[in-house]
Amino acid sequence: MKENNLDIQNPILSIEDLSIAYIQDKYAVKNVNAKIESKSITAIMGPSGCGKSTLLRAINRMHELYPNITTKGKILLGNDNIYDMDTIKLRRKIGMVFQRPNPFPTMSIYDNVIAGYKLNGHKLKKDQRDEIVEKSLQDVTLWDEVKDSLFKKGTFLSGGQQQRLCIARALAYNPEVILLDEPTSALDPIATARVEELLADLKKKYTIVLVTHNMSQAARISDHSLFMYLGELVEYGKTNSMFTNPIDSRTEAYLTGKFG
Amino acid sequence: MSDIALNRDISLSVAKDKTNYRNTKNKIFKIVVIIMSVVTISPIVLIIGKLIIKGIGQINLDFFTSVAPDTFEAMMAISSGERIPGGIANGITGTLLIVILAAVIAIPIGIMTGIYLYENQGKRYANLIRNITDVLQGVPSIVLGIIGYLWVVIKVTNGFSALAGSVALAIMMLPLIVRSTEETMKMVPENIKEAAVALGVPYHKVILRVMIPSSFSGLVTGILLAISRILGETAPLLLTTLGSPAINMDLTQPTSAVPLLIWNFYNDPNLVDLIWSSSLFLMGMVLTLNLVSKRIVAKREK
Repeated sequence: MKENNLDIQNPILSIEDLSIAYIQDKYAVKNVNAKIESKSITAIMGPSGCGKSTLLRAINRMHELYPNITTKGKILLGNDNIYDMDTIKLRRKIGMVFQRPNPFPTMSIYDNVIAGYKLNGHKLKKDQRDEIVEKSLQDVTLWDEVKDSLFKKGTFLSGGQQQRLCIARALAYNPEVILLDEPTSALDPIATARVEELLADLKKKYTIVLVTHNMSQAARISDHSLFMYLGELVEYGKTNSMFTNPIDSRTEAYLTGKFG
Repeated sequence: MSDIALNRDISLSVAKDKTNYRNTKNKIFKIVVIIMSVVTISPIVLIIGKLIIKGIGQINLDFFTSVAPDTFEAMMAISSGERIPGGIANGITGTLLIVILAAVIAIPIGIMTGIYLYENQGKRYANLIRNITDVLQGVPSIVLGIIGYLWVVIKVTNGFSALAGSVALAIMMLPLIVRSTEETMKMVPENIKEAAVALGVPYHKVILRVMIPSSFSGLVTGILLAISRILGETAPLLLTTLGSPAINMDLTQPTSAVPLLIWNFYNDPNLVDLIWSSSLFLMGMVLTLNLVSKRIVAKREK
């Protein structure tokens, strides 16, 4: 692994020697060491099958939903190893947005935003709920578009609106970190641009980790980048330096479109 | 004319013959398929037609509010040329009582088992349970009647009872509900479940508050179909609820049911005319449940 002009001042997550296998001894992620800077955007990129989604899902332990998974190493959130934490508490601190927008089909827009509270049985007063819904929807710039139809089903929105609703749902629960797994791959260019603007805005308040197979997206919005290849973390550092001056030849080949 | 041109002419005419032959085969096949489809639907059309023609005259308010007549009343009415008095109120109330109780027993057990099977795809115990459930579906209903008799009539209620019938019918419903629950749960997109898990929602709440509401219409459809399957069951009830000439709402007492009444009417020469109206009623209930569940499915697929 090569570090490229790395300056992490305030890491919120430290990945230490992390290896993950879906099938015994077939590692999808191999000995990854990296730090994630707080209140910034970190992009994980690489060709298909390089383990970038697995690495992302390991951060809130979603990869454990698959059977027979082997995980070695540590991920520290602050000073706590997440593999010693309760998954439920961990996932409340680390929110996630998926590749395909997935609002709960049985819930209204309003209920989708406060789904975290509702499903976890937190009793909120009505004005508290209203406030959270309005604030979260404003954070994702969806409020003006849906404020008159808050009690319609979330599935009636367009794909881009649904994805922003899903981001609002993750934000509403006040996470420390938001993980996004190729959040714009199912969206059209205009919706993509809106989500990217939104992320650039959200990094003031949240730490964002983003998986993308779209290099220009990583270049546009991320502060730090991780390049993965065949389960290995090849190079990581400042996005600017990595795109202008890659150290590893594989990074260079990928960034110049020779494979991927 | 050159040899080549001649050959071409010959092969063309052969091809034409073959095309005709193939077209004829196609036509014959189509006609056979249509005839077979008509054969398939004709029994149900003929049955419903016959039931309506012979049974509709007997159906009036009395039919729903009075209990079944005894053979003497019927004989008097027949000899003076009047309509046979009475109805099937004891059967309708009994069927409702038995079927609702069976559903109350079978629905929670069936849905829980279905969830277990859905959550443990490909695991050994789940496969074992799935196979046993399939076997249960093949158990003849009269055998379930015997089980209801041995377990409930003898051991619990000390006599024929609605409860015994409900237990037998609940066992019949179980495999249907289990499999329909598993199948509907499988149709909920995986990413909906992931969305809930990623919010830190505990497992039981993911199932109860996300998976079940998302597959609700499918669950209801499965339950309605299971109910329509047991609605007309007669054999297990003969051994468990026995029948009763009066309306009975006590779970521990013998109770009548529509299919039991049909059986009784059939065995009594004076009452035999009543089988048409009672069968029409039973058929109507089963058809309604089927249509309602089809509508729910259609609505969900939209």
